[in-house]
Amino acid sequence: MEKLVTLIPLFPLAGFLCIIFFGKTLSKSLIGGIASGAILLSFIASILVFTTQIHGAQPTVVKAFDWIHAGGLDIDISFLVDPLSSIYLLFITGVGFLIHMYSTGYMHEDEGFNRFMAYLNLFVFFMLILVLGSSFVTMFIGWEGVGVCSFMLIGFWYKDMKNNDAAKKAFVINRIGDLGLILGMCLIFSNAGSLNFSELFIEGSSGLSMPRDIATTAAILLFIGAMGKSAQIPLHTWLPDAMAGPTPVSALIHAATMVTAGIYMVARCNGLFASSAAASEIVAWTGMLTALMGATIALTQNDIKKVLAYSTVSQLGLMFLALGLGAYSTAVFHVITHAFFKALLFLGSGSVIHGMGGEQDIRRMGGLKSHMRITHLTFLIGTIAISGIFPFAGFFSKDQIVAVAFEENKVFFILSLIVSACTAFYMFRLYFLTFHGKFRGTHEQEHHLHESPKSMTIPLVVLAVLSIVGGFIGLPHAIGHDMGMHWHWLDHYLADTLLMPTSLMHSGTEIALMLVATIVAVGAIYFAWNIYKKKGQLALEDKAITSSTHRLLAAKYFIDELYTAVIQKPLDALSHFFNSVFEHKIIDGLIQSIQWSVTSTGDLLRKAHTGKLYMYILITVFGLILLLTQL
Amino acid sequence: MLTEYAFWFLTFVAIFSAIGMILSKNPVYSVLSLIVTFFAIAGHYFLLNAQFLAAVHIIVYAGAIMVLFLYVIMMLNQNEADEEKRSNWSKLLAAASFGILLIVISAAIGHGHAKEVAITQQAAFGTTETLGISLYKEFLVPFEISSVLFLAAMVGAVYLSKKEQYN
Amino acid sequence: MELLPHITIDHYLYFSTVLFCLGVAGIMYRRNAIIMFMCVELMLNAVNVALVAFSKMYGQTDAQVFVFFIMVVAAAEVAVGLAILMMLYRNMHTTDTDVLDKLKF
Repeated sequence: MEKLVTLIPLFPLAGFLCIIFFGKTLSKSLIGGIASGAILLSFIASILVFTTQIHGAQPTVVKAFDWIHAGGLDIDISFLVDPLSSIYLLFITGVGFLIHMYSTGYMHEDEGFNRFMAYLNLFVFFMLILVLGSSFVTMFIGWEGVGVCSFMLIGFWYKDMKNNDAAKKAFVINRIGDLGLILGMCLIFSNAGSLNFSELFIEGSSGLSMPRDIATTAAILLFIGAMGKSAQIPLHTWLPDAMAGPTPVSALIHAATMVTAGIYMVARCNGLFASSAAASEIVAWTGMLTALMGATIALTQNDIKKVLAYSTVSQLGLMFLALGLGAYSTAVFHVITHAFFKALLFLGSGSVIHGMGGEQDIRRMGGLKSHMRITHLTFLIGTIAISGIFPFAGFFSKDQIVAVAFEENKVFFILSLIVSACTAFYMFRLYFLTFHGKFRGTHEQEHHLHESPKSMTIPLVVLAVLSIVGGFIGLPHAIGHDMGMHWHWLDHYLADTLLMPTSLMHSGTEIALMLVATIVAVGAIYFAWNIYKKKGQLALEDKAITSSTHRLLAAKYFIDELYTAVIQKPLDALSHFFNSVFEHKIIDGLIQSIQWSVTSTGDLLRKAHTGKLYMYILITVFGLILLLTQL
Repeated sequence: MLTEYAFWFLTFVAIFSAIGMILSKNPVYSVLSLIVTFFAIAGHYFLLNAQFLAAVHIIVYAGAIMVLFLYVIMMLNQNEADEEKRSNWSKLLAAASFGILLIVISAAIGHGHAKEVAITQQAAFGTTETLGISLYKEFLVPFEISSVLFLAAMVGAVYLSKKEQYN
Repeated sequence: MELLPHITIDHYLYFSTVLFCLGVAGIMYRRNAIIMFMCVELMLNAVNVALVAFSKMYGQTDAQVFVFFIMVVAAAEVAVGLAILMMLYRNMHTTDTDVLDKLKF
């Protein structure tokens, strides 16, 4: 078992090294096989690890090797296997494998195919380190590693400057979050004297014994890190821009795995967050506002991937809402179902883009239903799943969040209902505009339209199945209990690791809530159907936007512009000032004066260097004379 | 008595021909003067019972090195006109440093205690045999290394003096 | 201590000193690199004379071995040195050391 755990991250690393060093000599299909095979092996190992955990194995720490021993700081590279990490392992490697397989088809014609597969493998390696790490430091290695891979993959098509800018933006904004994470780690270490999760949160819970205000500060600092990674207000702006990367990257990194690292981290530190009501409040409100904002912006976007990106931001916000309300396992549940249907949607959009020859604007699409049957069907399943229609995966997880919100705070309840309504509306808007109606692209594109190859459609089908059945791991009590099935299986599975809400909801209330949520979703879908299918209305061109609300949403609340005005412009001015005054006057002056003193001394000494041999001999002779007379 | 005259004679020949080597305008005369000096020095070696060294000295210096000098001078076509006159100032400088250095070293020799060292005269001293034994026993490794030095010098000399082929 | 009848070690040392100083003065006085080279040889031989005298004084052959090695080095040095001079002359058309000051900054 212990060897198995160490092997899990090593397979993708081996794949990465293999491709990066020998990629040039191998054929493309072999490279695709190596990359996917490495993840498949990890997936099998993860299943084995997961089964031991299901059968009630104790959480274990597997030590790989010593890393840092300095003073009171003992850091090993070691892996923590418990229900939380094992379930993360499972869906990272599982979804990761499907996306690898998809990539072999999607990227097949790309000249950077080797590089792409190598980076994907490296990413999976770091992501596994992140969730397996048994201490903050090991997790941080993975945390930074996935950031780097995200940077390289967003800017994968580096010949277009726009992509490089998006990559830089993602990297820099993640740095802001990382600073918070590092400070939080320092604070925890200086107060609790350890960075190991097992010492902090499990054995004796010394992490909880910190003074309340310090615990709150540490929790908020950690949350800032999570905000950067998981794209929460105000650090969310990088995620939509990150869609510049290839679509499998968007599916793997920016929907299914990396962006949920923040949720993982908060869930991992649930003891800390639970001990601080103020920090939890902040988490909940940030998540709620992000969910609202993302959902409203997504209503007006016309780029197929941008809609999905804002949808991701919004769903991540819902997860943080659940975390802030203390329902940690619910958040993890939504992470898993979200991984399934959002990966499905992204891969489906990738298939559409592939078929359209690179076109991403839904105003140029339409009527793809008849051309791409599998893509259409799977995309529809994903859309239903994210909209929260019974019995698809999204229904159960989202309903659980709504239920928690109903119990804790009615404001959150109403706002989350609005978010689900918006979600259902924009997703079906996307669906109708893309797959129904008449084709609005050019003739060439219509001629080129084709269903994607098998390597791309098989993952779509698998993910579609998962999007249908994925919710059954967390059946609500009202349904599961009456039908004699495992209810809240995931909650029970994670109960050892995560703190659980104590009260169990009344069945009647639960069913009523589900009905309300379903009615809201169906109403929104009907609304979308009415506008975009029945009336056949199209998305507006940018110039045609007249209403000010619409313009506000289309411009994403002008947040990028705000950052430019508030942060970038003053920084530019300050840098300019320092460049003209400090750099040119003071530093250059100092360096030039040093240079001047050295050259002038050298000039003086140069006089002795006459180039006349007899002068040198003369000096030697006088030196000899001096030596002899002194003896 | 005869050896004493011989000593003084050889000493004066050596010194005056050395002065002649320095002062003569024609490089060929300089070389010839130096050869005379070397012969005088070889005579000194004979007086000091170092017959083998005297022979080697003549063979190496007079026979090889000075001939090499002559060849070079011939090939470079050196003659009196080539060298411009030194300024009087530098002549003075040379003479002064010669004098001062001579005085200082002589004073150092006068201060030395060499006279007190006991003399151990051996019958077979200085012959080719004794020199050969110490050369091939005690100093065998340096002796072999010196042959490597010669090889390196030969390669260097050949490499340096071959015609360079530009482009 | 007499090496020969009435000739002491000091005689030889003074003789050696005079030769050595003549070599030094020659280098300072002359500008022709070949002549300067010959002056260097003269200085080496001055030392050789002193060494042979010491050898005689101590009755040991070690000093003579030194002389032998000095000759070896001198011969090697002359071979390389004269080759360098040839190169110089070929490139600069002079052996005047006052002209050959290109290494000076």
